[in-house]
Amino acid sequence: MTDMPMPRSGTASAAKSSLMVADANTRRRNAAEKRFRLYGATAIGVALLALVVLLFTIVRDGSGAFRQTYLAIPVQLNAEVLDPKGNRNPEEMAKVLTLSYGKVLDAAVEAAVVRENIQIQGLTEKQISGLISKEASAQVRHRVLANPDLIGQMIDVDVLANGRVDGFFKGRVSMESAANDKNTSPEQLMLAQELRDRGLMVTRFNWNFLTNPDASDQRPEAAGVGIAILGSLYMMLVVLLLAVPIGVGASIYLEEFAPKNKWTDIIEVNISNLAAVPSIVFGILGLAAFINFAGLPQSAPIVGGLVLTLMTLPTIIISTRAALKAVPPSIRDAALGVGASKMQSVFHHVLPLAMPGILTGTIIGLAQALGETAPLLLIGMVAFVKNYPAAPPEGLFDPASALPVQVYNWTQRSDPAFIERASGAIIVLLIFLFCMNLLAIYLRRKFERRW
Amino acid sequence: MPLSWALFASFLLAIAGYLVGRSRAFSAAGPDIRKLHSRPTYHGFLVGLAAFLPAVVVIAIASLLRMSGVIMAEAGPVVGLVALAAAVVGLGWGITRIGVDFHARNTVERIVLGILIFCSLIAIATTAGIVLSLLFETGKFFQIYDWKTFFFGTEWTPRFQGNSQLGILPLLWGTLYISLIALIVSVPIGLFAAIYMSEYASKRVRGIAKPAIEILAGIPTIVYGLFALVTVGPMLRDYFAQPMGWGNSGSSVLTAGLVMGIMLIPFVSSLSDDIINAVPQSLRDGALGLGSTPSETIRKVVLPAALPGVVGAVLLAASRAIGETMIVVLGAGASARMDLNPFEAMTTITVKIVSQLTGDSDFNSPETLVAFALGLTLFVITLVLNVVALYIVRKYREQYE
Repeated sequence: MTDMPMPRSGTASAAKSSLMVADANTRRRNAAEKRFRLYGATAIGVALLALVVLLFTIVRDGSGAFRQTYLAIPVQLNAEVLDPKGNRNPEEMAKVLTLSYGKVLDAAVEAAVVRENIQIQGLTEKQISGLISKEASAQVRHRVLANPDLIGQMIDVDVLANGRVDGFFKGRVSMESAANDKNTSPEQLMLAQELRDRGLMVTRFNWNFLTNPDASDQRPEAAGVGIAILGSLYMMLVVLLLAVPIGVGASIYLEEFAPKNKWTDIIEVNISNLAAVPSIVFGILGLAAFINFAGLPQSAPIVGGLVLTLMTLPTIIISTRAALKAVPPSIRDAALGVGASKMQSVFHHVLPLAMPGILTGTIIGLAQALGETAPLLLIGMVAFVKNYPAAPPEGLFDPASALPVQVYNWTQRSDPAFIERASGAIIVLLIFLFCMNLLAIYLRRKFERRW
Repeated sequence: MPLSWALFASFLLAIAGYLVGRSRAFSAAGPDIRKLHSRPTYHGFLVGLAAFLPAVVVIAIASLLRMSGVIMAEAGPVVGLVALAAAVVGLGWGITRIGVDFHARNTVERIVLGILIFCSLIAIATTAGIVLSLLFETGKFFQIYDWKTFFFGTEWTPRFQGNSQLGILPLLWGTLYISLIALIVSVPIGLFAAIYMSEYASKRVRGIAKPAIEILAGIPTIVYGLFALVTVGPMLRDYFAQPMGWGNSGSSVLTAGLVMGIMLIPFVSSLSDDIINAVPQSLRDGALGLGSTPSETIRKVVLPAALPGVVGAVLLAASRAIGETMIVVLGAGASARMDLNPFEAMTTITVKIVSQLTGDSDFNSPETLVAFALGLTLFVITLVLNVVALYIVRKYREQYE
């Protein structure tokens, strides 16, 4: 690179060389400098933009799952239909299927439309009864079976509105899209709008999304993440009970006791490689070892928990070893100096001092396990589960779902309303992860000690 | 679950043993506690462990036997009783050992060391389990399917009636293509972000940008997958592929590659950050002292010095990209083809592992077993990449230490 002043054409002031005026080469180099800085800033900008867009779209798509449209109508619980024998015996009443309740509800909706004197051109009976969810009759049946005295009375119920009607109020379904949709029609939506104007149809916060089990393909409006949250919690319980003691034990041995030889070298290389094995390979291991070989049940949280334990172990071991390594040797020497055994110096002094670091690493490992999907797909956690698992320890062997797997499951459904549910489930998942990371950061800030 | 109750009961027994052992030690010592070789708590721990460990061992052996089908599940209560009996025997043995000269601490420490060693062996057992299960099932696969057709076949058409074409090449092509796009996106962005943050950014900017980029690393891959499926895929199709006539598929190589690139940005940037910071400050000072601008210092001094490390980081990122599952399951599609058009749907090894192993599968048919062969291939590829990358990174670190 020559820094010789070069003859320049153009402005008169640049004719002679001066330290005050940058020459062409300097200007070129400064421009390159600016460009380079710009590239760096752009890279950061792109990364931040991606983060913002990602979070924005998830919140935009998913916030709808937390609001749900209900239709508030009085229902005449006709005794002849719902309890044909007339003796209010719950066992006999249980033989009455949801189909009959559906008829009762349809009549109630029609009556409400007539009572409110809503008239819409070309509105058919089917469109009126289609206003409410297919799940609504099961809702009412459940309520009646729990309290047989309701039969014969007029009760006020809040029934779930159909997914399309619900989507209409959330802006997912429009009059134009309804015209091409065989599951709904513009007339039905007009009726829904009329009912809403009269205060019968309301959209409000949807606690049921957090507690309901999954629902079938036809009724996205009833689907919730209750079982998925429970399944994820069970798996975290298994991971916590297994991965933490084993991980901490292994780290203590490797960091404090292991002699430096070939064996411990193999273990160390092994652990760092395990940390980089694709998660789906752990799923294959779980399928081959725990389900096919050991005969544990499919879709059970215990299998998921075991697979996630094996997967998080390297993470926990690596962070625990870092925490142990950060405790200065003087602590160990002092303990040994006053006559403690090696084991006592570790368990009485080093381990308590390393605890905050171990906890932080554990929480981050757990957060990773909570969001993991791929291995769980292989051990059958994608199955449709409608019944809540029992309390642990028995419940660990019952089929359950998990939050990330529930998201995957919903993306495979045809009804676009399930995309809203999937995004809603992701919001729940991200809130859990956020809280865990916040806790980790808090612990680190509060207890971290610099030596 | 009688086994879990037996475990719980023997745990209670162990606690009782601890209390008994401790008080027996106190009474054995008499008025002068210094006569004891070990402190009373160690006697207590020893009795507790002597009660608990035999029960755990019995239950573990019984579970293993049950898994291998020697005993039936109905044997649960019997096993529970045997475990409790073992706990009681252990307890009795522990109590008889208590005495002034008994080296309880040494014994307890030896047992604890054994437990710690057992914990660290689980990591080895995991690897062994992975390798064995993959090798075993892959062996079964190659007994019923020709390995040459698997490794060199260019057609992937599994049929559950049999007579499937199971060639890995289209899957490998899709995997490598998507990973390449992911690397093209993530390596420049991640590298420049790391350079900017370590060499240019003010403390305030770094304080905001660094955690924000780390948030990207904490987001589960299923979230990226949904993002690809719902947002990026339709956007690429509607604004690029369809108007240009390049294709009309929502899921495509480019969709999966872009989103995976975003996922890898924090990975590349934090690795490169470490590597750039490991370059000695004296090199920078030398270059700046000779009159280079900061960007010239980075381009001509820091980056060449950090190159091996950066190569290692890229290899690690590549291994992550190859093993990534959820983004490609939701973003890349399921059709196995070898094509150059990035707007076409293609598929990867991981997608096919998922699709062959979910649902009802018959573990004797090649269509299911092929998933294990795919898994083994994936495992070997990522393992080789990791080993090479870790070797390079380690060599590079030694260079400046």
